[in-house]
Amino acid sequence: MAAYTITVNGEEQTVDVPSDTPLLWVLRDELGLTGTKFGCGIAQCGACTVHLDGQATRSCITTIASADGSEVVTIEGLSENGDHPVQQAWIEEDVPQCGYCQSGQIMLAAALLEYYPNPSDEEIDASMAANLCRCGTYVQIRKAVKRAAQMQGGDQ
Amino acid sequence: MSDTTDFSRRDFLITSGLGAGGLLLGFVLPRRAAGKRAAAASLSPNAWVSIDTDGIVTIWVGRSDMGQGVRTSLPMILADELEADWENVQIEQAYPDPRFEGLGTGGSASVRTSWRPLREAGATAREMLIGAAADVWGVPAAECTAERGSVVHTASGRRTAYGDLVEAAAERPVPENPPLKDPSAFRYIGTPMTMLDTPDKVQGKATYGLDVRLPDMLYATVARCPVFGGTVVDYDASAAREVEGVQDVVEITPIGAPVHVAHGVAVIANSTWAAMKGREALEVTWNEGSTAEETSETLREQFRTLVSEPGTTVRDDGDAEEALAGAARTIEATYELPYLAHVTMEPMNCTATVEEGRVELWAPTQTPTWAQGSVAQALNVPQDAVHVNVTLLGGGFGRRLNPDVCVEAALIAREVDAPVKVVWTREDDVQHDFYRPASHHHFRGGIDESGAPVAWMHRMSTPAIDTYIQGEGAEHPERGEVPGAADLPYAIPNIRVEYALAQSGVPRGWWRSVEHSFNGFVVNAFMDEMAEACGADPYTFRLRLLDQIDRTRVETMMNEIHGDLGDFAFDVDRYRGVLQRAAEQGNWGGPLPSGRGRGIAVHWSFRSYAAEVIEATVENGEVHVDRAVCAIDCGAVINPRTLREQMQGGIIDGLTQALKAEITIDGGRVVQSNFDDYHLMRLDEVPDIEVHYVQSGKPPSGAGEPAVPPSAPALAGAIFAATGTRIRRLPIRPEDLQTAQ
Repeated sequence: MAAYTITVNGEEQTVDVPSDTPLLWVLRDELGLTGTKFGCGIAQCGACTVHLDGQATRSCITTIASADGSEVVTIEGLSENGDHPVQQAWIEEDVPQCGYCQSGQIMLAAALLEYYPNPSDEEIDASMAANLCRCGTYVQIRKAVKRAAQMQGGDQ
Repeated sequence: MSDTTDFSRRDFLITSGLGAGGLLLGFVLPRRAAGKRAAAASLSPNAWVSIDTDGIVTIWVGRSDMGQGVRTSLPMILADELEADWENVQIEQAYPDPRFEGLGTGGSASVRTSWRPLREAGATAREMLIGAAADVWGVPAAECTAERGSVVHTASGRRTAYGDLVEAAAERPVPENPPLKDPSAFRYIGTPMTMLDTPDKVQGKATYGLDVRLPDMLYATVARCPVFGGTVVDYDASAAREVEGVQDVVEITPIGAPVHVAHGVAVIANSTWAAMKGREALEVTWNEGSTAEETSETLREQFRTLVSEPGTTVRDDGDAEEALAGAARTIEATYELPYLAHVTMEPMNCTATVEEGRVELWAPTQTPTWAQGSVAQALNVPQDAVHVNVTLLGGGFGRRLNPDVCVEAALIAREVDAPVKVVWTREDDVQHDFYRPASHHHFRGGIDESGAPVAWMHRMSTPAIDTYIQGEGAEHPERGEVPGAADLPYAIPNIRVEYALAQSGVPRGWWRSVEHSFNGFVVNAFMDEMAEACGADPYTFRLRLLDQIDRTRVETMMNEIHGDLGDFAFDVDRYRGVLQRAAEQGNWGGPLPSGRGRGIAVHWSFRSYAAEVIEATVENGEVHVDRAVCAIDCGAVINPRTLREQMQGGIIDGLTQALKAEITIDGGRVVQSNFDDYHLMRLDEVPDIEVHYVQSGKPPSGAGEPAVPPSAPALAGAIFAATGTRIRRLPIRPEDLQTAQ
């Protein structure tokens, strides 16, 4: 085991775990941040999506060794009071059903809007298709991403 | 509620702030923590509600929430009758205990079975509060009303908040038959509310089973034989024990019907990752057993033989064989549907502690009482020594009805002096599920010279759910397999439906809409083929055959098959009603762009009526779903947002079975393992879904499952309209599609 240091939601954390431990399990088991979810372990579902140095990243296949020294933002750190425009839009459009995939969906949407503040319908579909939802919240997700874009003033 | 609710319009109303006040309050105010308030005194006339001197209303939720919103809709029912202020409502999750009856969650029955009991529970408390206020004021109770957390004396305008009345109210006798509100007086029921758990879910604060953390908790994975029914012969744990973090390796002895815990070897470690790595290093010698001979092909051969012979008759009107022999024209079709996996987004898990005289579970379970009893039996402890905490469920779909994972966790926890969370990987989940049974259906239809349908013969076969769950000796396994097929409501004079039981070692269970998921498909698909043979449009064909029914005969037939359903007896007007609404809203018969087709389907399940119109295009061997329109009659609606979303989710499940999902068997094991080879619909493949609610004024019936059965056949109908190709097996493959002639 070796010590790895990551900054998570603005706080420096040092963990002593095997080098191949996925960032997902460091966040959940070592740091107790269970908002990031385990869905498949092979980067097919996106439930584990976090922001790693500003990029939407699948933490289930990101080893702690490769994340050493990086800045990580999880769903818990996306906003102070749950009031990120994406989170607000998610509430207003009643997106979550079981809600288990939604941390990953929100993190993906937040990253999308960071880079494309005014995405077209095709861009929303193409980007959000990366994440699976078993409950079928896709129709509401689409509406919520558009709403969040509007809230962020992206409708030029 | 308005007669027809177009949800897209209603959404606009909500978001421009003109919607019900309850919605706005729901997400602006912080939801009160569902903790134990140390109230000085409270009014608690029954197990479901408690009001304290601060006026805080605690409502216990007696069903598991897997995304269908019961943790909001059930409290809405009680809060409405109580005339509680929704702002002051907090919820607690019920658990197995003599005071909480009937916690099992499934069959789309939560609202239907809670409707009356929760209304009565709320009304009881309301009447006691009114009585207490009337006493204080020295006025007749009939002059007082309850209004959003206060009692008001109408004539004088005097008003007292509930909190100030609870002590006096608690002294009063509990009324036996409190009056229930007229639906016109509903305040919350029927209004679009934000679900109480939503703010937590969007902040990553919601606790699912997999998120439970306890001091000194250990994690376990279990190695199970990849061949169903296989057993452990021997194992070598030496390499596993060398993996950093691994604490112990223990064998799990198998448990048979009805719980079904596989024979396995558990690796216990101080982290999830170590438990997974430890299992990789484990060496197990398996005795694969006889199921190793089974493949999807051997099952198919068995099916073909079974449907070529008479089976158990489950419906027999007239003489279908004779009518077929004398028909001017006959058609036939064989439909095949595969095993399906549930793949809840949250993989299977359960956390358990086993101490002297006490067991505690934290489980995302749909059946906390079954879990309690199964664990008690497996550990040989009294049932009330097992306490079950029901967490949020990251999806259920029927998989979490089975208590196997809870028993596994308890068996492992018994071996160590610490809490243990058993974690299933996605591979474990895909390969050790209780699958939706594969099915095989052979249809023959007879048409007379005038082009009218005269005979309908349906022979079906499945490896029944009951013969797995209960075991081989289960009586009448067909009863869980033929609803949706045996109860064909249409006016065809000679109908025969037969069922044959197939043998399989693959575990079976309840998948969203259960037998309706395959019967809804095949019945609608063959109705379409009959319509074509009769020279009729699929929609008008169905309408005609409904308008021609002998209502008494249908009622008798339905009673024979389903027993007396009382308020929920099959109603042909409601069936016809959703069919018509879907056709209207789906522009049936209207123009379409070239290459696009439209299909229609209708099904009655879980006491509700659902019909769908789907538009699709086929291009380069690929199906593109362009539009989906649904009409649903499920009686009274509690939360229209939840209803809309359950319809959307059910339709997507139906499309998933039509286009994507398939479990195949080779060497007695599941071929698929994860989302890279067990496919689901993705966001860019799903069109906008329009949901139209058909008002019937009836009591509430199912909403979680009824949208699944009509989806695949409506899509198949659209593909036929676009290309002339009939779909006979699911999931649809490129080679099944042809371009239009």
